[in-house]
Amino acid sequence: MSATDDGMSYLQSLPRRVVTLYVPLAVFLIVLLFPFYWMVITSLKPDAELLAADGNPFWVVAPTLAHFRKLLFDTAYPRWMWNTLQVSVISTFLSLAASVLAAYAIERLRMRGSRTLGICVFLAYLVPPSILFIPLAAITFQLGIFDTRFALIVTYPTFLIPFCTWLLMGYFRSIPFELEECALIDGASRWQILVKIILPLAVPGLISAGIFAFTLSWNEFLYALTFISASENKTVPVGVITELVEGDVYHWGALMAGALMGSLPVAVLYAFFVEHYVAGMTGAVKE
Amino acid sequence: MAVSLPGALLARWCLVRLRRGEPAGGASNSSGSTPRAGPEGGRGARRSMASVELRQVRKQYGQTSVIHGVDVGVRDGEFAVLVGPSGCGKSTLLRMIAGLEEISSGEILIGDRVVNRVPPKDRDIAMVFQNYALYPHMSVFDNMAFSLRLAGRPREDIQRRVEEAARVLGLGEYLQRYPRQLSGGQRQRVAMGRAIVRAPQVFLFDEPLSNLDARLRVQMRTEIRELHQRLRTTSVYVTHDQIEAMTMADRIVVMNLGRVEQSGAPLELYDEPANVFVAGFIGSPAMNFLPARLRRTPDGVEAVLGDALGLPLEGCELPDGSALTLGVRPEHFVIGSGAGLPAQVLGVEPTGADTQIFCRVCGTPVTVISRERHRFEPGGMIRLTPLPGKTYLFDAAGGQRIPTRDPRRG
Ligand SMILES: Nc1ncnc2c1ncn2[C@@H]1O[C@H](COP(=O)(O)OP(=O)(O)OP(=O)(O)O)[C@@H](O)[C@H]1O
Ligand SMILES: [Mg+2]
Repeated sequence: MSATDDGMSYLQSLPRRVVTLYVPLAVFLIVLLFPFYWMVITSLKPDAELLAADGNPFWVVAPTLAHFRKLLFDTAYPRWMWNTLQVSVISTFLSLAASVLAAYAIERLRMRGSRTLGICVFLAYLVPPSILFIPLAAITFQLGIFDTRFALIVTYPTFLIPFCTWLLMGYFRSIPFELEECALIDGASRWQILVKIILPLAVPGLISAGIFAFTLSWNEFLYALTFISASENKTVPVGVITELVEGDVYHWGALMAGALMGSLPVAVLYAFFVEHYVAGMTGAVKE
Repeated sequence: MAVSLPGALLARWCLVRLRRGEPAGGASNSSGSTPRAGPEGGRGARRSMASVELRQVRKQYGQTSVIHGVDVGVRDGEFAVLVGPSGCGKSTLLRMIAGLEEISSGEILIGDRVVNRVPPKDRDIAMVFQNYALYPHMSVFDNMAFSLRLAGRPREDIQRRVEEAARVLGLGEYLQRYPRQLSGGQRQRVAMGRAIVRAPQVFLFDEPLSNLDARLRVQMRTEIRELHQRLRTTSVYVTHDQIEAMTMADRIVVMNLGRVEQSGAPLELYDEPANVFVAGFIGSPAMNFLPARLRRTPDGVEAVLGDALGLPLEGCELPDGSALTLGVRPEHFVIGSGAGLPAQVLGVEPTGADTQIFCRVCGTPVTVISRERHRFEPGGMIRLTPLPGKTYLFDAAGGQRIPTRDPRRG
């Protein structure tokens, strides 16, 4: 079939699409996925192949699960995983609960100073954790939870709550006032309005805030590094770096295996909720 | 999976739209006949109804005053329509009755209870919003059942009431749908249904029809009216459309700039407007206003239009030379060729039943409606004479009606 001469056909023509669509997409994908590929390859290579000066670095000849075995049975990796999961889930839920209440109050209760409060929340989000970790360390120490998982569960919300609050405020704002007024006339209390009207409508927003909070706490490094020193309390990002690098010896295979397994839960979570996530970020309740 | 769901819903919605091919007809037959079908009216126990009374109600937003002392009384079972131009404070007033807006001063009574400080849910009212405010995540049934569930009504009672309301409104087959799967008219009915299941003391409507197309609007107008005939619940209905007001109201309250200009039965306002604003607002096409001057002659008093035409008046106390405004409705002109006001024809619009003639008299645009089929050329001159006894006189400065008795009125 020859390229027809009807006006819009150039949009459909294959060479054109290759240039404008597939090539950029491919470049993008390669850049994005290459680190993962590298991680997979490295975690499967036997040590000899890893350190060999010759051979194709982009391919693995004799794949092995030795690094995974080492990771799972010779280190506290499963423990780190469990710690990370606990800390992330608990601090995410704590933060979500607090943020929902804060965002709703700031956005809808029309109280005095609510706008100032909203701006303060945003400013709090802008303060970098690298400045905060020193005072926070002192606080956790005085609370007697230094070097426990509670130190992280309590400190992560300090950056999660401002972020989630900010995100949810935007989301709540997109829910029409009239729905609430109507519910008010229908006899609902504030609490009932929040639970029966606002939250069901804000599910996409809650999901994106939740995913974001979960990812942030899952990957968090600085607080986890400074507040935790006992091996059995470490999280994955810290544990992998501190225990698989001995002096200047890098256990590359195990490192990569640890990183790979550590990123799986987040990837699964994203894949599961990706649509809601996008909807949440772009805001807007339909109707 | 999650991708295909919205797609499927959209497809179904489109199907519904298509099937509604002749939407107005089909729907009106089912719901139009029902009001007469249920003799007991489904209301069960006859409930106490309530009057609504506003006493010197004011509203300020910070420094700006929006409602300047409004007195309105709506009797038990009455259908009152608040009408006025955009921004005159109708919605604000309605929201104050609902309790969604605080009152700066004055009193609002529902029944004989002052409700100034009563929260909306305890006022025993129901409100229909302009864009319906249906809960998007609830089915039609749940939307209607929401308030009953909150009130802790027994299950069977909720079921019965919702089904009854759905039957009255012709929503029976849509109960399991979600609002986004309904057409505008159906959503409108759900919003009404949500109000009537509660059997409240007062219905409040805020421009409920303004999002519908013209045909559906006329149909819903009748349906709301029929519903009111049947339920006899005191209603306050806000609109900016004077035709809606004229056709639906037991009593019209005309508002302007945060004040009540006049209130009364529709034809009362039409026949005896209290001022220029009401005269110009009620009636379509609007009343024509011509500048005039009062002249006292030995024989009596007359209003002089232009320099020529004098209309004799009686019982007018104003001094000689006072500036007046003469109001004449478009259908109250006689078109002649001899005497009368010289008018330049600007355009002619035959509508079949009658002819609208747009012309200019003494520099003022004037609309004339005639039952005859005139064929005037634009630019031509005709002569207009106001029908004796059908004119209104207003004070040119304040716009207040000047009570006169035209001697020729008999
Ligand atoms: N929150 C507010 N703050 C300040 N002014 C307000 C507020 N809400 C309404 N107004 C003002 O009050 C006046 C009346 O508003 P309202 O909504 O009652 O008008 P309306 O008669 O319902 O008009 P429409 O027919 O356009 O709906 C308007 O001039 C508006 O600008
Ligand atoms: Mg309004």
